[in-house]
Amino acid sequence: MTSVASGVARKKKITPSAILMKVSMIFVVGVAVYWLGLNLTSDPMQFAQVTVNGLNNGLLYALIALGYTLVYGIIELINFAHGDLFMLSAVFSFAILTELLGAQSPSGTNYILLLLVLLLTMVFGAVVNTSIERLAYRRLRNAPKLAPLITAVGMSFVLQWIGLKWIGSNPVNVNTVLPSTTFELSGIVINFKSLVIFAITIPLLVVLAFIVNKTRRGRAMRATAQDKDASRLMGIDVNQTITFTFAIAGAAAGAAGIMWAQTTGTVAYNLGFQLGLIAFTAAVLGGVGNLYGAVLGGLIIGLIQSYNDGLAIGPGQRWSQTMVFTILILLMVYRPGGLLGETAQEKV
Amino acid sequence: MSNTAPAHTSVSGNRKWAIGFTSAVAFFFILNKFILPEAGSGVQKFFNAWFSLTSMAEIMIWIVMALGLNIIVGYAGLLDLGYVAFWALGGYIAGWLMSPFFSSLQINFFGNPRPGLDFGIHFHVFLVLILGGVFTAIWGVIIGGPTLRLKSDYLALVTLGFGEIIPQFMLNGADIAGHNVTNGAQGIGGLDDVNLFGYVIGTFALPEKFLMVSVLAGAMIFFSIRLRDGRLGRAWLAIREDELAASMMGVPLWRTKFASYAIGAVGGGIGGVGFAILVGGVYADRFNFVISIIILAMVVMGGMGNVWGVVVGAVTLAWINSIGLIQIGELVNNSFGTNINFPSYQFLLFGLLLVLMMLFRREGFIPEARIRMVMNEDKFEDEEVVSDETKIGHH
Repeated sequence: MTSVASGVARKKKITPSAILMKVSMIFVVGVAVYWLGLNLTSDPMQFAQVTVNGLNNGLLYALIALGYTLVYGIIELINFAHGDLFMLSAVFSFAILTELLGAQSPSGTNYILLLLVLLLTMVFGAVVNTSIERLAYRRLRNAPKLAPLITAVGMSFVLQWIGLKWIGSNPVNVNTVLPSTTFELSGIVINFKSLVIFAITIPLLVVLAFIVNKTRRGRAMRATAQDKDASRLMGIDVNQTITFTFAIAGAAAGAAGIMWAQTTGTVAYNLGFQLGLIAFTAAVLGGVGNLYGAVLGGLIIGLIQSYNDGLAIGPGQRWSQTMVFTILILLMVYRPGGLLGETAQEKV
Repeated sequence: MSNTAPAHTSVSGNRKWAIGFTSAVAFFFILNKFILPEAGSGVQKFFNAWFSLTSMAEIMIWIVMALGLNIIVGYAGLLDLGYVAFWALGGYIAGWLMSPFFSSLQINFFGNPRPGLDFGIHFHVFLVLILGGVFTAIWGVIIGGPTLRLKSDYLALVTLGFGEIIPQFMLNGADIAGHNVTNGAQGIGGLDDVNLFGYVIGTFALPEKFLMVSVLAGAMIFFSIRLRDGRLGRAWLAIREDELAASMMGVPLWRTKFASYAIGAVGGGIGGVGFAILVGGVYADRFNFVISIIILAMVVMGGMGNVWGVVVGAVTLAWINSIGLIQIGELVNNSFGTNINFPSYQFLLFGLLLVLMMLFRREGFIPEARIRMVMNEDKFEDEEVVSDETKIGHH
């Protein structure tokens, strides 16, 4: 912090550590650019292919990341249980669509069932998320910050246990409704499933953005995020607004859950932990609290992960998670506010 | 664990607890060393089922871990969700410095290599403990350094990230640019036996090993109490209770948090070395997120910041986790003819424990007087500025 005690705005002092930060940041970015460039020139076709796959995953990450960002934006809580909510939604959609309704192969009626269960899963996600908020987080709203955070971790374990009891400890194969046909677009193989992800995710994101930015509810959400007491004075029902936010976040996780189950064809009880962390990294990358940031972050993380796993010259899949967390840590060091967010530094 | 009553004053209270802890350790040592081998098979069976010495020794390691995390979470009020990383790092220090693993080297510094396996690195156990502590402290600084300036929940996330990265590195470490650094999923086995001034504790000398890790736990308890009462400890408590007020009183926030992070990490490192020696090796797949959460639950349940509370929390949860769930489950299943898989309720147990503790008894079961007040601050404060009755309807 530069002080302006003398009344004249002083120039920001350039400290050695600031220079070190800049230099090392340029170095890190340089290495990343070099790595991508090397792969692009050595095999452009594969690069394009991997990019398509990455965007595909990225959209799902974006949907999950939205939940984190919405909740963090409004009550400043890292909702550790969110990833597990996504897992539980995937399990739920599997139980309803695949097992109960028996939609296990592509057909006209099954597509309609898929859309219906998509809605149902979104409702499921919303209900579970609001119940968690109602039962646990709301009572801790004025408690020290550690308390809701630990509660969220505990909730994540409870949800994981439910998933474990529901489908067992081994990953379960899902016979998907979506056909596994592919077609080629100037040499790049595109999966039909990825088109479905695009077709469902993008409208959802647009609707979410509309709700938050244009509706009365959305305005209440943004106001509550800025200042709870002031919004209460302005006549906003803060509790209801927070519940609504959790509902939207849960619905997004629900949609992501069923899309995951249908496109990857597996569900597992411990899916949520990993994907939740990836999605949170995406949210932080974009700037926590910023809707577009979450989408951007999700896409970037999806791409990076896909490049890491799929490119010929690269660390390979076994380092996938390490890669994502390294990005998270580097972000915390260089740009804690994310790409589109403000700086999140506290006075220490 | 001990039959002494909770204390009222801190000094005599500490003494009572310390006597209780020492006598419990002495009881189990003498029992297993001298009495049980002579006792009837029924008695042996009972103790092996409910209080097996292996589990008791592991409980001591859990105490060390919980007290280490207590310095970070309980004293300084920073949330660390990746404490297992320090356990792993400490364990691998023991694996690297006390085994024939680096077979191209031949270093022996007061070590005790097994006959015929004198290649590799063999340091004396005290040196390994010190190096394990120093190494994890350095990692604590690396992890905490960049993030301690950030919001506290970001710190939780970064620690979580490291808690995932470091075990994954160990798991993938069989081939780091062509070098075998950690031996991957197989882990490093065949650690040296501990040689204390000529007295060798063999691989199967369980009572002695139990005594050894109990001494580690005792030392950790001692240092935790002394640290808390010292200048640094009081600075931590001040930060935990009110950062702004503490910094106004001249407590250097960043440096103090940093110290808590580094010193807390040392606990994990020493515990890790102790655990590696106890099981005779270090295996990467054991280090996962669940471990971090179990340690956190121990700290939260016992009473954040209260050393003896954390010890009781660690003993209880570690016992439930290793023996209790299985044994109680068997007892219930046998007596009621049910067939419930009790160990599969582990997640529910720890999850619910964290949630319910936070909702209804945030200060823990054996709370420190000060943390009770801090954790329930919202209940003591004036009603919110705008209470719910005065809000204007919005429909």
